[in-house]
Amino acid sequence: MMSRRFLLGAASGALAGGALTKLSWAVPAQKEETVNLPFANGERPLVRYPGKRQLIRQTARPPQLETPFSVFDEGVITPNDAFFVRYHLAGIPLSIDPDAFRIDVKGTVDHPLSLSLDDLKAGFEPVEIVAVNQCSGNSRGFFEPRVAGGQLGNGAMGNARWRGVPLKAVLDKAGVRAGSRQVTFNGLDEPVLPETPDFVKALDIDHARDGEVMVAYSMNGEELPWLNGYPVRLIVPGCYGTYWVKHLNEITVIDSIYEGFFMQKAYRIPDNSCACTEPGQAPTATVPINRLNVRSFITNLSNGSKIRARTSTLVKGIAFDGGYGITDALLSTDSGNTWTEAMLGADLGRYSFREWQTFVRLPRGPHELKVRVINRIGQSQPRAPLWNPYGYMRNAVETVRVHAV
Amino acid sequence: MRVPRYHSPAALAGIILAIAAVSYAKPVTYGLPEVTFTFRPGPGMETAQNNCLTCHSVDYISTQPPNRGKAFWEAEITKMIKSYHAPISETDAKTIVDYLAKTY
Repeated sequence: MMSRRFLLGAASGALAGGALTKLSWAVPAQKEETVNLPFANGERPLVRYPGKRQLIRQTARPPQLETPFSVFDEGVITPNDAFFVRYHLAGIPLSIDPDAFRIDVKGTVDHPLSLSLDDLKAGFEPVEIVAVNQCSGNSRGFFEPRVAGGQLGNGAMGNARWRGVPLKAVLDKAGVRAGSRQVTFNGLDEPVLPETPDFVKALDIDHARDGEVMVAYSMNGEELPWLNGYPVRLIVPGCYGTYWVKHLNEITVIDSIYEGFFMQKAYRIPDNSCACTEPGQAPTATVPINRLNVRSFITNLSNGSKIRARTSTLVKGIAFDGGYGITDALLSTDSGNTWTEAMLGADLGRYSFREWQTFVRLPRGPHELKVRVINRIGQSQPRAPLWNPYGYMRNAVETVRVHAV
Repeated sequence: MRVPRYHSPAALAGIILAIAAVSYAKPVTYGLPEVTFTFRPGPGMETAQNNCLTCHSVDYISTQPPNRGKAFWEAEITKMIKSYHAPISETDAKTIVDYLAKTY
């Protein structure tokens, strides 16, 4: 299986390297629609993948697609066809037999399981949760100084209603043995080269059994889109997307701390309260990335928007955090000197986007609008961006420059 | 010796049906758009093509912040070799770093 995929990969590589290079000189590339993310080298094509609307293509192989920011103004739930896509390894599954698909539950358990989709749907009480999935590197393109990695705008996030089975119920059925310390999660995606580390993530046993971590088979009332992990993915409410393993087919309980690359070397943050370092500096110690920090966005206005002067004007947006829940949203129309409370929208649960809105009346001229939110335990957002060498967890207060005319 | 319990005709029929169901179940497939874009021309381009494209498309390179210089690309190539075990020779690695530093 691996070798075939490798051959395919190598073949397309050779093609791209040889014939197509020449071809691209002879035949001018088709003009494709592009967007400009507001940082240097931010031009990206808009592309349509099967099952997806037009999205911002960050990379093609493995695919990384970003949600155009305007989608977040359409509603508090991100539609399946607009939800962002992020893979790590080019060996992504392209054929899955839903009847033959199994999730193996193994390791330090009394009764190893091999669960079909029917087993999942019929054998357990289903649960639902609305939760934000945000890429660790969402907004990396705005880091200054710039850092290597996916150069994302703000669209590597989304909020969906997930339906599935609590991981706890699955683990209880398998019977976790005393002394177990972590659970690892693997999906059908695999590396091109067998030497490349597979994408496997781990959660501490107590986290895995908290009753909220979910093995999800439905998203917004439909099957999971292929590129979002069909037929089953892990949902880790309040935690960064890196843990939300797609095409989940292997759950392994272990009595040690998982040593794999994507836990021990990648997706780590500075081990301090801000997850930050002085710009340009490496941290002295790191820990695996974990909970989402507090963020908020204005969604109905963008830089350069024109609004009517001296007229009541709606300003609205979204906010979220790692699961404490947003309690206050504040808007400033004077570059952050004074703040007024905005109204929060419907509460879809503490892991969901929370809408906020307010009305402003501004004199003629340019204005800097800023939004800042606070969660239930008093955490908020820094006025100036924090930095780390990996481009993770950006959550500075966002500014939108508008012109009242 | 333990005798298998499912030798009744009904059970056998059940097994046959189950096998039939498995073999006739249709896999669901997904078609990824073709990747056609290529490296920018420059000395060392072919070396980059021959190595980098095994695991990822060119846009993993071309979308990076511009003009970051040699140290940036050295770190990236080292990551590819050390972390992802890309089989890039020392000579090729140097050629690729020079090419990327000059071209991207």
